[in-house]
Amino acid sequence: MHSLLGVLFDGLAYGALLFVISVGLSITLGLMGFNNLAHGVFAMAGGYLLVTLMSKAGIGFLPALPIVFCAVAAGSLVLERTLYRSLYKSTPLNQVLLSVGIIFVATAGTNYLWGPGQQPVVIPEWLSGQYDFLGLDLSRYRLFLMAIVALITLALVFGLERTRFGAKIRASVDNQRTAESMGIRVDRVFQLTFALGSGLAGLGGALGVDVLGLDPNFAVKYLVYFLLVVVVGGPGSVFGTLLAALLLGVADIAGKYYVPQFGAFIIYVAMIILLLLFPHGLLGRRKSK
Amino acid sequence: MSDNLAKASRHLSFLKARERWKPAEMAFWLLLIGVYFVFPSSLVFASQILITGLFALSLDMILGYAGIVTLGHAAFFGIGAYTAGLMAANGLHDPFLGLLGAGIAAGIAGYFCSFLLSRGGDLTRLMITLGIGLLLYEIANSATKYTGGVDGLQGVEIGKLFGLFSFDLYGKTAYIYVLCIAFLLFLFTRSMMHSPYGLALRSIRENQTRALAIGIPISACLTNIYTIAAVMAGIAGALLTQTTQFVGIDVLSFQRSADLLIILIIGGTATMYGGFIGAAVFMFVQDRLSNLNPQYWQFFLGILLIVMTLYLRSGILGGFSRLAHAIGNRRNKEQP
Repeated sequence: MHSLLGVLFDGLAYGALLFVISVGLSITLGLMGFNNLAHGVFAMAGGYLLVTLMSKAGIGFLPALPIVFCAVAAGSLVLERTLYRSLYKSTPLNQVLLSVGIIFVATAGTNYLWGPGQQPVVIPEWLSGQYDFLGLDLSRYRLFLMAIVALITLALVFGLERTRFGAKIRASVDNQRTAESMGIRVDRVFQLTFALGSGLAGLGGALGVDVLGLDPNFAVKYLVYFLLVVVVGGPGSVFGTLLAALLLGVADIAGKYYVPQFGAFIIYVAMIILLLLFPHGLLGRRKSK
Repeated sequence: MSDNLAKASRHLSFLKARERWKPAEMAFWLLLIGVYFVFPSSLVFASQILITGLFALSLDMILGYAGIVTLGHAAFFGIGAYTAGLMAANGLHDPFLGLLGAGIAAGIAGYFCSFLLSRGGDLTRLMITLGIGLLLYEIANSATKYTGGVDGLQGVEIGKLFGLFSFDLYGKTAYIYVLCIAFLLFLFTRSMMHSPYGLALRSIRENQTRALAIGIPISACLTNIYTIAAVMAGIAGALLTQTTQFVGIDVLSFQRSADLLIILIIGGTATMYGGFIGAAVFMFVQDRLSNLNPQYWQFFLGILLIVMTLYLRSGILGGFSRLAHAIGNRRNKEQP
């Protein structure tokens, strides 16, 4: 019973992390239909930035997080302007190739600069250790993670449902051409969303160094997970992404805990079955063109 | 009436001209025969290039002609490689039998996978192909009893070709063998792509709605071509097993699928020869740069991909044909 709750807890924390990283991809994919496989690169950049800030510049864990968010968001804007922009109307094949190219460059670059090993991160003392709750040993860091994700989700939902900018995003996702004809500058909306999403991915990568690990192959290793969360959740849907992320997080941890001999088997089988049952995502809508 | 005939014959002559063997094509295959005599010391490398080229040709059928983007084509290559390897390791040493078995196994897998592809959009397809590839990798990784896991499948013994020619250390027999199989499969692909069936595939790639409207059975066509491409990828995998007498788990890796896609893009899609040219360029540069430092190679490859998608979308052969067009246009202008 205890182990069951423990697996559930770990799985939810893991899923929460997947959600923070993937939600940006979900919205940009729903908005522009851009098949960006390189989203994990932003998460990886966030992780490396955090490690470097903490070890080289001596900045604390908490103050480093907003810096990471802003830096990755700014960096992604540069990439959007120079590379992504020219391929919005292009074929999926070209988009896939471009993002695979970005992954390769990022992997080789980090390998060259930081070396192939795992990067260590020092969690502040008040976050490390366990928290005893009704006989369950809950990791403080994972509790902290879940709290942050809950905050981010609330902020996102509020932002999307209650603000003017959120309304613009929703309008653009639903029907780009009509939104444009109403005077919404879709490309501007997209740029900001892209930066925001990439910043969140960077934040997720930074938060996840302790849970997911960090090495130059990060972007490839978790590529499937991020894409899976988005595709299963349905591109453009925040709730769908959250649901899919939590579901997959729990499934993956449970699979690794109860049937370790199957390895990553379960997540791939789950993915194929889910995609066959819901080709448009759990909560996704067919896009009206 | 005669007008109609004239029109029809004009279309026919266009199709016939397309079908005819061009001098450059003949030169290409003669060159490959020449390699045997000119570079006798690097025949092992040359046959690996040919195998990769054949594998790329099988991807070209579904990507270049039918327009399905896949990130898991190595699945069929790996199935073929392991089938041939397991057959040879368990007493069936005849190479042709191995090819046949590999082709059948990969074909069956391809046939069933093709039904998964008929659902969802491009991204869903991408994920499903990626998932199948990763799934097979995991299976090969965990079934160590049969596949040898990460260490690879050992003890693959290939018998003599026709009971006469044994596979030597320098890869002489292997090169001729691979070249013959590659040529036969190429002939098959070439005639298939020039048949009405090939035209139907192209029309699906260009516009699904219109293709459906003129009566092309889209899902049947896609099932066919996916199965055929899987058979060919399986045979390419079997050839790799037979010429190296070993199966490594990397035959199923994501890297192999991604590299293959890059090879085809470098060479140029829907050109028949793009896969072979791309494989030669890719593997040659990889060989040189990896010797310096493997990270250089990956970095260079990434930059190359970015530049190609932004500026050079039709690959090497596409670039050549555009160049030829430009020169031809200038000539036509000079002689009105």
